[in-house]
Amino acid sequence: MPGTIKDKVAIIGMGCTQFGELWDKDADDLIIEATYEALDDAGVDIKDIQAAWLGTMASGVTGAALAAPLKLNYIPVTRVENACGTGAESIRGPAFAIAAGIYDICLSVGVEKVKDVGYGGLHTFRLQSDKWHPIYMGGGTGPGRYAMAATRYFNRYGLSREEGKRMLAKISVKSHHNGARNPLAHLRREVTVEQAMNAPMIAWPLGLFDCCGVTDGGSAAVLCRADMAKSFRKDYILIKGLGISVGPGWGKQKEDYDYTFWPETEAACKQAYDMAGIKDPRKELDMAEMHDCFSIAEAIACESAGFCGVGKVKEDVDAGSFEQEGDLPINISGGLKSFGHPIGASGGREVYEFYKQFQGKAQDPSRQLKNVRLGLTHNQGGHPGRFQCGVTVVGAPD
Amino acid sequence: MAAGIVSYGAYIPIYRLSAAELAKIWGGRAKPTETAIPNIDEDSITMAVEAGIDCLSNIDRSSVDRLYFATTTAPYTEKQSASIVAAALDLREDIIAMDIADSLQGGTLALQAATDAVNAGSAKKVLVIASDYRVPPPDSPYESSWGGGAAAFLVGDSGIVAEIEGSQVISSEDLTFWRRRSDTHTQTWEDRFIRDEEILPRVKGAVTGLLKKYSWNIGDFTKVVLYSGNAGEHAAVAKGMKLDPKTQVQDAMFDKVGHTGCAFVPMMFVGALEEAKPGDRILTVNFGDGTDAYAFRVTDGMTKLGARRGIKRHLESKLMLSSYGKYLHYRNLMEWDVDRMHHMEGSLNILWREKKALIRGNGTRCRKCGHVQLPPQRVCMWCQAKDDFDYVRMSDKQGDLFTYSIDERGAGVIDLPNVLSVTNLDGGGRVYGQMTDKDVDKLEIGMRMELTFRKIHEEGGFVNYYWKARPVRC
Repeated sequence: MPGTIKDKVAIIGMGCTQFGELWDKDADDLIIEATYEALDDAGVDIKDIQAAWLGTMASGVTGAALAAPLKLNYIPVTRVENACGTGAESIRGPAFAIAAGIYDICLSVGVEKVKDVGYGGLHTFRLQSDKWHPIYMGGGTGPGRYAMAATRYFNRYGLSREEGKRMLAKISVKSHHNGARNPLAHLRREVTVEQAMNAPMIAWPLGLFDCCGVTDGGSAAVLCRADMAKSFRKDYILIKGLGISVGPGWGKQKEDYDYTFWPETEAACKQAYDMAGIKDPRKELDMAEMHDCFSIAEAIACESAGFCGVGKVKEDVDAGSFEQEGDLPINISGGLKSFGHPIGASGGREVYEFYKQFQGKAQDPSRQLKNVRLGLTHNQGGHPGRFQCGVTVVGAPD
Repeated sequence: MAAGIVSYGAYIPIYRLSAAELAKIWGGRAKPTETAIPNIDEDSITMAVEAGIDCLSNIDRSSVDRLYFATTTAPYTEKQSASIVAAALDLREDIIAMDIADSLQGGTLALQAATDAVNAGSAKKVLVIASDYRVPPPDSPYESSWGGGAAAFLVGDSGIVAEIEGSQVISSEDLTFWRRRSDTHTQTWEDRFIRDEEILPRVKGAVTGLLKKYSWNIGDFTKVVLYSGNAGEHAAVAKGMKLDPKTQVQDAMFDKVGHTGCAFVPMMFVGALEEAKPGDRILTVNFGDGTDAYAFRVTDGMTKLGARRGIKRHLESKLMLSSYGKYLHYRNLMEWDVDRMHHMEGSLNILWREKKALIRGNGTRCRKCGHVQLPPQRVCMWCQAKDDFDYVRMSDKQGDLFTYSIDERGAGVIDLPNVLSVTNLDGGGRVYGQMTDKDVDKLEIGMRMELTFRKIHEEGGFVNYYWKARPVRC
């Protein structure tokens, strides 16, 4: 019988850098800025950190990538990686270590510096999945791989090209509407449904506004034993549930996988819901930050997380259920779409959004949600058929 | 029984470049002609594999004892092409695979060598493939008259569809068309000299020599397959031999395919075979480093061979190259902007370890649950049985397109837009990867797909081949 992380670990300080094309900053700068904001926020001295975790996909290897810029003194430092789901992993490490009673106070940092390569678009990483294969990985990009899910989704649920594009466009319009009012976001502009539908094509059926930007950024959290949290602040948050699901990747080879559902999201959510005691996520959650690297990713994730019936997300999109005034606001931050997606930093950044919303400190008052008590963050690496998904449920102290 | 043709096949690339497109760039008046242009991921090896698959359809591939492969455009100058073609065709390993390279006559000389091997009793079945595409010099007459393609023949001593009645080969050291190691393009001399002192008299001489050797008349032949350098020469050669241009001269396809190097005469011969009836007699003449001439008689076996894509069906299936710019890109004829995108890296070790999948196109079939999986899996993805599988050839299977995307910016992709696709194969197995030879306006879930052997990239300093999905060609 698996145990639960519920109410054992608190987050008492968080930091998040400006997200964007940060030509003047390297990974070390982003680590330092996010970390010191989190430490100052928590009122914790860096010397009090007993162990640290760094989540990054390709902006450094080994724990030294964190220890060196921060001058951490011979403490345990672990670098973790789960592709675009790295951030969730960087929180799970310290959370479980604290829950196990090994440490009192730990640091979690996520960072990615991607804009040093000289071209637009996300570069390929040698250590990417499928054993980094010189042949099988050829020609596959994030947009191309996710777009295959969109094509199949349209086909399976009988959406015409126009209907499918419009559903996706509405999701992106919402993300941009939220992100435009978030000063830390990368892409701060409103777009219309027509703009989104008629934008230049990236990978059919995904156009420019269906795809997140390529973003530099960092995020950080100071975690401690739940029973210590009050001594640091009143408005700390607690980890309620943590799920990680890594799929076997057979969706790419096994004929019965149909690309319109994320089984890894379903499994990670189940783990997290069980720990948190959530029975009806749609009713119980006050907000969710979903991994929307592409508009179709948010659409399908909402179904796989149990927010709506399978094949039914269009009804909620059309009804505005996931908008700020809806019953379950999704990606009030702007999401990966508008806030940006520096790979290793996104999972922590999602938790940061809940943390600020809960504290009533949304950076622009117009974005502030009311009565935020329980939230879900969904962070997903890989691509349809081969995902690594992390789900972190965070909530108010009871 | 004496050696003869047991089966044949051919291949013509799907893309065509119209003379009108050339005239847009270089000026002049365009004739209503077009040439067959290999896709960016094709070379003489991949075209040979296509022709080989066509030739071996309904034939047990393990019955092939030898492969003679002719080309003047091998991707490697040190390293055989035949061995790669043989592996991609999933032929046995205990065979002789050999290149007959560097001669426009290579295809027909290979046919002679194959006949000799079968007649000598050292092989039962020999596969002969000629595949070629010479990149013509830009803004030259050859640009509108040279194309790419391949032809394949299975030579054996049983199940013969065309007997070899006679042959004559003449060797000559004369230079007519040539490429030194350092030359990008083929060189030649003043066209009237080459025509009047080489092609016309030598082709005619080859025919009269053969007729004289066996005391035949030209009128004994239903079809004559003639070598020439262009449409004008072709007419002149035929006229010089008093052939009936309407019935007796096999179409050289200068207006549809172009001169395909050492595959030119073999492809025309396939064109003649697929129209032939039992009892028809076909005469072929090739030219290059001398001449060779053959006489064939079509047997009753021809009616039992079964359909091939051959020349006719490949000709009908085509996509027009959208612009000369696309052609420049396919043939890499310009200096391009610095490419800063990260590329795949080639690894010989990986190619070596996984050659059964990458070159032979094999997947695995689980011995426990029978499910087929590609690429090969040590642990079955259906029943988790470990290391309990047989290799099974997937490259000749067809299937249904399950989903796709049209990527306008794919990294490490050699031809945009890149169509990424998932195909579920008949009988099990799923192929996830790039689609080629595609008309992006006609993609549809459920459309029939097949696999084709293509170049993926050349990182590492060698050609990385693999199988791509393609809408069933024809």
